Amino acid sequence: MSINIALAGNPNSGKTTLFNALTGSHQFVGNWPGVTVEKKMGKYKENKDIVITDLPGIYSLSPYTLEEVVSREFLLNEKVDVILNIVDGSHLERNLYLTTQLLELGIPVVVAINMVDVIEKRGDKINYKSLSKELGCPVVAISALKNTGIQEMMSEIKKIAYQPFAVRNIYNDEINHALKELSQTLPEKVDEGKQLFYSIKLLERDYQILSAFNMTANEEVIKPLEEKFGDDSESFITDARYNYISFLIKNYYIRANSQQLTMSDKIDKIVTNRLLALPIFALVMFIVYYISVTTVGTTMTDWTNDVLFGEIIPPAIENFLISIGCADWLQGLILEGIIGGVGAVLGFVPQMLVLFLFLAILEDCGYMARVAFIMDRLFRKFGLSGKSFIPMLIGSGCGVPAIMASRTIESDRDRKMTIMTTTFIPCSAKLPIIGLIAGALFNGSAWVAPSAYFVGVLAIIVSGVILKKTKIFAGNPAPFVMEMPAYHMPRVVNVFRSMWERGYSFIKKAGTVILISAIVIWFLNTFGLEDGNFVMVESMENSFLSKIGQTFAWVFTPLGWGHWKAAVASITGLVAKENVVQTLGQLYGFIEVAENGDEIWKTLAMSFTPLSAYSFLVFNLLCAPCFAAIGAIKREMNNTKWTIFAIAYQCLFAYVVALIIYQIGNAIFYGIFNIWTIIAIVLFIAMIYLLIRPTFHLEKVEMDF
Amino acid sequence: MTLKEINVKERVIVKKLNGQGAVKRRIMDMGITRGVEIYVRKLAPLGDPIEVTVRGYELSIRKEEATMIEVEKVA
Repeated sequence: MSINIALAGNPNSGKTTLFNALTGSHQFVGNWPGVTVEKKMGKYKENKDIVITDLPGIYSLSPYTLEEVVSREFLLNEKVDVILNIVDGSHLERNLYLTTQLLELGIPVVVAINMVDVIEKRGDKINYKSLSKELGCPVVAISALKNTGIQEMMSEIKKIAYQPFAVRNIYNDEINHALKELSQTLPEKVDEGKQLFYSIKLLERDYQILSAFNMTANEEVIKPLEEKFGDDSESFITDARYNYISFLIKNYYIRANSQQLTMSDKIDKIVTNRLLALPIFALVMFIVYYISVTTVGTTMTDWTNDVLFGEIIPPAIENFLISIGCADWLQGLILEGIIGGVGAVLGFVPQMLVLFLFLAILEDCGYMARVAFIMDRLFRKFGLSGKSFIPMLIGSGCGVPAIMASRTIESDRDRKMTIMTTTFIPCSAKLPIIGLIAGALFNGSAWVAPSAYFVGVLAIIVSGVILKKTKIFAGNPAPFVMEMPAYHMPRVVNVFRSMWERGYSFIKKAGTVILISAIVIWFLNTFGLEDGNFVMVESMENSFLSKIGQTFAWVFTPLGWGHWKAAVASITGLVAKENVVQTLGQLYGFIEVAENGDEIWKTLAMSFTPLSAYSFLVFNLLCAPCFAAIGAIKREMNNTKWTIFAIAYQCLFAYVVALIIYQIGNAIFYGIFNIWTIIAIVLFIAMIYLLIRPTFHLEKVEMDF
Repeated sequence: MTLKEINVKERVIVKKLNGQGAVKRRIMDMGITRGVEIYVRKLAPLGDPIEVTVRGYELSIRKEEATMIEVEKVA
């Protein structure tokens, strides 16, 4: 007998642990159609006919958050035989709120009360039998962590599947009277078991349900009730639910009268203490950064880049290709195009895995919520979330894991904004560009590098403020009404699984978008016309890429560096930012240059002025990131339009800022004044206007999707 | 008075919730409904948001949203 189980529960209820315990390695991770919410499915280890869908962690089935809407639609429209509702027994009161909603769907429900070991340790007791009778569904005690009660839970599920299930109606006569009236207006296709749910939604004026049924709210029924209760319908329904839960707790939960502090309380007293919170926060962030970016992560990345994809794989493949007599161009394609391009990207994987491991630990132990708590005030000012801090910090090492780290931000809006702005922070691959410009044009002045970071941070703040005032990001900021989960030891299985899932989804991307982009750039860079013949070019100057650079160099003239060599260098920067220096080296006639390109400093100083060099630097820091990061953006946005918008915004922003710096700088330092000066001033004023203009307000104050 | 004005380590009872739509629903979904007791645990290091205990768990909420919650001190 096949059974489709939907696993539903609050965040931090142990849902992931239970899902892992039930499915083991038989899991498929994907996305819910059209949105960035992760969808996980798995088969029960001991019976492959039982399929479990892990719904996102939710507190309610309201129409306001993406996770709630996705879950609700799944429960209403897909074939769900049993809802397995996991409930955190140590926070029973709030957890049962979702249960009261699930029991109205007309789908058999099994309530699994998790963390019974925690409750027993406290000395508390739950009267499972009476609770089950009251709710009208099986209630089993489990511990997902210790793997107890799972068998019993599964046998209850098998028993209840395909059986008729009576919904639990908890409302008083007055409300029920209204519900009955509303149920008569429901379309006929709504089956009987779901009538209570839909009637309640009509009463609550749930705009998603109303528009799905092409209905308007029945004010004749709703208004009198609202006047009677002195509150809107959504509120008195919520009140009714919580009143019912208070009744349940009073009767079926026996609290041992202990007021002692739990371990979690003790930890929290120290960790978010007003004086210690910031130093501890700084220390935690330093450790994460130091290990994943500075030491272990970099060592592993360097090894993958220089040894694995430098000394081991390419020579081996080269020898093999020579031995089978492979054509030169094919060798080039495989070695430079594919292995060179994808290798550069895969080199980031070890570093990413180290970082993801830390993120998973921070999330699993409960500190991530505190990060948001501590940093919220600062980041909210420019439209970001407290959790944006971590991506920004990681971004100074590498933009790719930084973008992927944004996944911990719940609010879709905050996450998109973070993804779009994170790569403004100079990553380590951009350091050679900074070194080159500082060395060649500014005598290695000490202010150049810090100023690059300053430009990056400023770009984030300015973009945040500008973007949050635009129509696309309009609407109220996501309310920061967030549970602070109890601290606990991170679970090894969860942590490693989370690390691997995130890493793997990037590796898959490297095999598609990034691979193709790398091949295209390699092709353009390697082939060209010499003496009118299509050949593999001897000198880079004749390549198609150079021709493209020569054709479009004028675009950069207003920025002060309209010569094609700089343009081509910027394009090759898309493969990896450090390529900018290498390409300039090659174009100025050196086969190989040092990382900071000091061989070409003199030549470079002749083709750039300090101002145009700084404009070149700023443009390359802020414009579209490398293909790996673009791939990560695509992965996290899960939407082509948003990806293009993000990249286009970054390029435009970079162009405008570089233009303003060059032209206004020219006017101030050299007194050069022309039409571009005026354009730069206009753009500058426009930017100030975008910063200070009033926020765009939506007519209807709802969360946008 | 509203929850925003309550000092750390004080206990209050919720009298009424103002506002509407997503934010209000979210606050109520998290268990802040009429008649419930709230204990203000602490203030974030930068002065906002606050952390409260409600229905046996810890919840953090911005001061801006706390102004929507009308409360009365427990004697």
